[in-house]
Formats: sequence, C-alpha cells, structure tokens
Amino acid sequence: MSEPAATADTLKTTPLHALHVELGAKMVPFAGYDMPVQYPAGVLAEHLHTREAAGLFDVSHMGQAFLTGPDHATVSAAIEALVPGDIRELEPGAIRYTLLLNEKGGILDDLMVTRTAKDGVLFLVVNAACKDADFAHIENHLPKGVALTRLADRALIALQGPKAAEVFARFAPDAATQAFMTGKEMSVAGLPCMVSRSGYTGEDGYEVSVPEGDAAALAKKLLAEAEVKPIGLGARDSLRLEAGLCLYGHDIDETTTPVEGALTWTISKRRREEANFPGAKIILDQIANGAPRKRVGLLPEGKAPAREGTEITDASGKKIGVVTSGGYGPSVGGPIAMGYVETGSAKADTGVELMVRGKGRPAKVAAMPFVKKRFHKPGK
Amino acid sequence: MSDIRFTDQHEWVRVDGDIATIGITDYAQEQLGDVVFVELPEVGKDIAAGDEAAVVESVKAASEVYSPVSGEVVDVNGDIEATPAGVNEDAMGDGWFVKLRLSNPAELDKLMDEAAYAEFVEGLQ
Repeated sequence: MSEPAATADTLKTTPLHALHVELGAKMVPFAGYDMPVQYPAGVLAEHLHTREAAGLFDVSHMGQAFLTGPDHATVSAAIEALVPGDIRELEPGAIRYTLLLNEKGGILDDLMVTRTAKDGVLFLVVNAACKDADFAHIENHLPKGVALTRLADRALIALQGPKAAEVFARFAPDAATQAFMTGKEMSVAGLPCMVSRSGYTGEDGYEVSVPEGDAAALAKKLLAEAEVKPIGLGARDSLRLEAGLCLYGHDIDETTTPVEGALTWTISKRRREEANFPGAKIILDQIANGAPRKRVGLLPEGKAPAREGTEITDASGKKIGVVTSGGYGPSVGGPIAMGYVETGSAKADTGVELMVRGKGRPAKVAAMPFVKKRFHKPGK
Repeated sequence: MSDIRFTDQHEWVRVDGDIATIGITDYAQEQLGDVVFVELPEVGKDIAAGDEAAVVESVKAASEVYSPVSGEVVDVNGDIEATPAGVNEDAMGDGWFVKLRLSNPAELDKLMDEAAYAEFVEGLQ
C-alpha cells in the first residue's frame, strides 16, 4: 500500500498545541505549524459531529491584525484600495468577506474584515500561509496615519455547529443574540475576547479571538461541555468543501480572478461603479463580458472521489478544466468536488467526465453548497 | 490449514490451497482512517506480484493496494465496495479485497510471517 509521507522540521506551534497532544491528536505540518489533522474519533466522526452538535477548532495559525486610523472613513479607504469589498458602508460590528487583489485582478488571499465598535479600527483575519505576505503587502500600501498592528499574541478558536450558540451562551450570554457575520468584543468565561459569529463549515458558530495565555483554558472549558468535541483540519476541509467554501491556494490563488472564482458577489455595486480596486479593469470587463473559466461544484455520479488535480473533460474527451478540491463528503454520503471549467460548461447539470486513474468517470456540474447552510439570522 | 504472510506495504495474503486472499493490515486501516471508497479489479484479470490490485480511499487520500503475489483474480469482495467502512471494521477478515489463483507460490517465501510483520510495525512506531 502506498502512503502519503509527512515531514516535520522546525514547525511553529499554537497556544493549544499541548492540548491537542493531550487529546491524542495526530499532528501534521500545515502552513508552517504543527497542527491536529484529526483526533482519535477520526475525520468522519468529527465531521458528522460538527453537523450534529458542536465542534471546536484551533485556527490560531491564522493571521489576526488591527488596522487603525483616525476614523472609519480613513481606515476603510485604506483597505478598499486593496480589496473589492465594500468596507466603507459596513455598520459598526459587521464583518465582510473580501479579497486582497493584485494588479491583474488575481487573488492574493481571502480575508475577513470586521468594522469594530471603536471608530477607525478594523479587525482583519487572513490565512495562515499568506499572513506574512498579506501584512507586508497591506503595510506597503497604507497612507499616512493608518497603521497595521499584528495580533501575534492572540489565539483563534472556532466553535461550529447547530449547538454552538446554545453552548457558547453559557460562557457569553451576549453572543446568543449576535447576528451571523457580526463581531464584537465581549467577555467569554471572564476572558476578554473578540467574538465573531462566522465560520468555515456552513454551520452556525463563532470564531473567538482570545489572548494566547487564556486560550487553552477557554478551549478546555468549551470542550468540557457535553455537546463539544475537538475537530481537526481533516474534517475542517471536508466541512468547508461541502459548504462550497474556497480554500486559498487550491480553489483560488493569484492566477484566478473573483469572477473566475465565482466570487463576483463580494464586489458591491458602489465598488464596481468606482472601479478603484486592484485589477478593476480586468475584473469589470469579466463581469460585463464573461470570464474564460469559472469555479463550479462537481458531483461525481459514481462513488470514486476525484481529488485535487483531477482533469475534467467534456463528453468528447477534450480537457475543459481541473478539480481544485475534491474528496468524500461525509454529510453528502458520497464524493464531491469543486474545480474550474470553461465557462461554456459551467451551467448546473452540465455533464462532464473526471479522469480518475486514467478512466473518465461521469459527473455533473452542481450548484453549491452541497449541504444546506444553517447560519444564524437575527430574530430567530 | 491457511497460512498468512505480510508485505512491508501493509498488505496481507492468506493462502488456502492455491487460492490467495489479499487485504490490508489492521495497522494500514488505522493509518488510513475512515475508508470511504474501494475500487476492485475485474474477475479474470491477471495480476503480477507488486502490481496494483485495488485502490482504497480514506477521507484523507487515495492509496494503491499492491498484490503481494501473482495470479488470476477469481473473486472480489463486493461487500467492501458497497460498504467501504467494512475495511476499518475487520481489515484482517471480512474486509478482504481480492482472491487470486496463485501462479507462483514461491513468491510467498519472500514475504514476512506474522512475527516478522509484528516486529516491522513495532519499528515504525
């Protein structure tokens, strides 16, 4: 049997590292960190548990920072020069998913931007593998009076799943009424935290920025609740894939534009009209006239998973694209994938073939997410 | 009496007369994690020792199962095709992959016996 090899050199650790080891996690290198890929329960059980109850994820490897300026107008203009999302019109406490773009309209990273309650302070969360480059890029483009402060002394813990809100309210009653995609500072189990109602699983839940020295204590308190189990990167990947969410460096990268990546929705009307984000000319042309390729969901008709890198062909065998993420969806109960196809083949239900181990296997272009999203709406 | 042999790629082969049953070891299924897909060869196919006999995919990745011995495929385990988790539940028994009619029984001599394989796995941990 062949096995994928793993190596561990000088890896960084998160404040929860000792806890992962104590919990029996299998640790693997990820984005320069020694991270838990799974716990003894296994990827499948962890995935299903998150969809049924609540899962706790260590995402402390991600990059956190404050962007501060004299007022919201100044600081939002500073970041809007680098992203196509509407940051100016965010209400205090609201979160925006947006993209750092290069001059060609390619995606340098995807990130979350929160307008905090404090005027002139934005809270940024970026991907682990990109964080050094992202923060350097942002700093290089800041106007006078706006500064980036990395929060390297903060951990990030996600609690995700249909029971997340019920559990979290025991430690932070204020979080219960929080709407999805909002963030606010609050005390969680007596600790000063920045709590975002957001996530990467398609489920309701929170992402909690906590001082590193308090992180293990908070994680242990949450894990002591009957509904909560620790979840590794393996299940995090299958959960986000089922939710149709992009993994940076795989489903989107510097060579894909937001239009190709099916992320045009992240560009507001005002930003399109102002056309003042990096790569605007290329991106607006693609919005108006179409892009050559598009990111789509793919549902294999058989049982064989199609992994990243699998070639996609049309019925005649002509290559029309490639799978960028693929595997088994535990909640779907079968293989799922996403990838890029020529725009002419991007409509839902288009029949394609996935070349797995030299054999074309029928699949259909499918709408994403593959599972229903269950985000918390206000008033519910 | 049946005789079991192992490869350093974590396949096992159990021989009964001239029929060899092939599977992956308990250590292998544990390393793989939850098995979600199994692809088996056609009955009647000739497989040489060291060739790919089957594919096993866990939630994490796809792996090839190499045949420890040469022979013609006389049976495949449809149960694990339908319920791949069966490989995790009983890798050394009901979770077998294929049965071959041995064409070169001498190949068995190159494989590890139970004690040697146990020692080999011990060395990996």
